Amino acid sequence: MNFGVVTFPGSNCDYDSYRAVKDIIKQPVRFLWHKDTRFDDLDIIILPGGFSYGDYLRAGAIAKFSPVMGGVKAFADAGGYVLGICNGFQILTELGLLPGTLMRNNNLKFICKDVYLLVENNQTPFTNRYKKNQIVRLPIAHNEGNYYCDEKDLNYLKSYNGIVFRYCGPNGRITDGYNPNGSVESIAGIINEKGNVMGMMPHPERYVEGLLGGEDGAEIFKSIIDNFSKRKAS
Amino acid sequence: MARIYISLKKGVADPQGQTIKQALNDIGFSEVREIRVGKFFDVVLTEPINEPHKILEKISSEVLANPIIEEFSIEGIK
Repeated sequence: MNFGVVTFPGSNCDYDSYRAVKDIIKQPVRFLWHKDTRFDDLDIIILPGGFSYGDYLRAGAIAKFSPVMGGVKAFADAGGYVLGICNGFQILTELGLLPGTLMRNNNLKFICKDVYLLVENNQTPFTNRYKKNQIVRLPIAHNEGNYYCDEKDLNYLKSYNGIVFRYCGPNGRITDGYNPNGSVESIAGIINEKGNVMGMMPHPERYVEGLLGGEDGAEIFKSIIDNFSKRKAS
Repeated sequence: MARIYISLKKGVADPQGQTIKQALNDIGFSEVREIRVGKFFDVVLTEPINEPHKILEKISSEVLANPIIEEFSIEGIK
């Protein structure tokens, strides 16, 4: 399975994502520069965390117009897999590949800490190795992670089980106290209706082995491989 | 030159505005009931130009504002 990781000016989690693919699931992976427009060889594209174009105007607002994103949109529309992490999630909402938007954290602070997440949907190409309602621990590091959408989009998301992760406590309880940034219904990650584009604020690529502080993120990358092998076999 | 104002839609929470309002209340400006924070862009277009309003509206709606949470207004085209 061929992976691509996009590097925008200001990306800073591109190497973590690259390494998670290369060393943990041991798949071929290459970087895409923000000006690249050809990537027919790829099966999945990761939009990594960071501060693309300095987060000028709004997080993800300039990145959506970059040459590479035109190609990523076409790639996703044709059914290609796209995973947006943190700034990547922000770019996907700006581009309209995912509903809603990510606003400034409601406590007005950059938050960098571990959080617990409830896996609401484990029937996706990105989360099939988790159990439903499994509690996982991943780090967040963002200033604009406050997921917002109107009621129409929220109902739309729920209609196809599009909410993949919610922030929760260590025991799985979902309360305002465990919602780090003010996100609507504690949403931490969502997937599109077609099931090939997922965005999440927490960083799975940072927790892919114990030495780094946690392993729960590795399951995302392993899920992608499992799904791909199954699809190929069928 | 035109000035494009971007503000949060009604009903979208503005914690920054709330914090500023609270600070003003705390230092004695008890008259302040609400503050909403926005931003503006001063835009200079090349001249002469046809239908500047159309261009300004397009860049406002497609780039400068996030239509999910923000609205814009344009003023002062000279």
